[in-house]
Amino acid sequence: MFFPISHTHVNPIYLVVVGFLIGVLGGFFGVGGSFIAGPALRLVGIDWNFAVGTDLAHIVGKSVVAAKHHRALGNVDLRLGLIMAIGTIAGAEMGAQLIQALKRAGNVNFVVSVVSIVIYLSISTFMLWESWKTVARAKSRNAGSKSGSLSAKSDESAFQDVTTAIQRWRIPPMVSLPTSGVTISLWIILLVAFVGGLCSGFLGGGPGYIRMPSMVYVLGIPTHLAVGTDLFEVIISASYGTFSHAIKGNVDILIALVMNTGAAIGAQLGAISTQYFAGPKIRLAFVPLPLIGAAIVIYTMFSGHKL
Amino acid sequence: MSPRSKTVVRRTLRAFALELVIYAALVTGYFFAVLHLLGGWLVQLETQHIRIYALVAILLMIGQAVVLEAVTTGILRLLRGGRSE
Repeated sequence: MFFPISHTHVNPIYLVVVGFLIGVLGGFFGVGGSFIAGPALRLVGIDWNFAVGTDLAHIVGKSVVAAKHHRALGNVDLRLGLIMAIGTIAGAEMGAQLIQALKRAGNVNFVVSVVSIVIYLSISTFMLWESWKTVARAKSRNAGSKSGSLSAKSDESAFQDVTTAIQRWRIPPMVSLPTSGVTISLWIILLVAFVGGLCSGFLGGGPGYIRMPSMVYVLGIPTHLAVGTDLFEVIISASYGTFSHAIKGNVDILIALVMNTGAAIGAQLGAISTQYFAGPKIRLAFVPLPLIGAAIVIYTMFSGHKL
Repeated sequence: MSPRSKTVVRRTLRAFALELVIYAALVTGYFFAVLHLLGGWLVQLETQHIRIYALVAILLMIGQAVVLEAVTTGILRLLRGGRSE
């Protein structure tokens, strides 16, 4: 099928399958999936600028479907999402400015690659340690009981002491989040959102890979709610990114629409699946995702190929 | 996972497989109808009115997502005998 905006020939079935897979990941983990979608589009010959912009447009559609399903399941904290939107946009702008400064200095590719590898590996290592420890602790505690290990809505964390200590910082104004069952300083929420936005502007994508874990470990939001609320955030940040890329001529909306037909159904499947897994198990399953991102960056650094 | 949960998962997956078949037929029709009708207009918009194209792109993505979600939920409900999730 010929796509006249990006002047490329791509098999629509390939686009639907890629959309479906990213939809499942997005619905289950609350991530945009840009670290897979971008390279997948590049693989079939779509120019890198179109791959990034079109991926963002497709993420908007997929996140709407997944967030709507999570909302129906009671997994979206709208108040938290709206507050975070402010920090996310500010962070995204700062990230984009940093990229411009590095472009002027002439070492943007090297710096972004190294920073992204460090961030991806750190997230994976930390989440592996934490979720493994939490699951093991629950298993040993329930070893004698009939109930087994973790129930689907169970959400404890081995990092809970640090999260509780952060929640004790009473820096006014304090914000009550009844849906998440948390009262926390507005500044901490904005800081978490700002860091997420900064990563979005600096490294590209959603970026659920850092925001979802931050919501769980720093703000103390239950995992199911963090996944749903992060998807709501992704709609805002990806819409902003789509507009920005579209006016630069980097979005082939026809490709995004085709990808979205697969993503719509995949996102539903992913969102429904979260009902059957406990929070620590979702976090444990999340671990390979940043590793895939790191592997792609390492490959492009050492091979010189842009996937 | 409890036996009850396993039954629910099995039933959901069966309905989902059927949903995929119906959905694939609908999507094939969609490609030929909607994309061919919209294609020319979107290309023209992209070359002549880039800001309007950017806005239309976001609206199209959100609109299609909402419609597709309604279609898939409707099919799933139909296959499960009128029960939603």
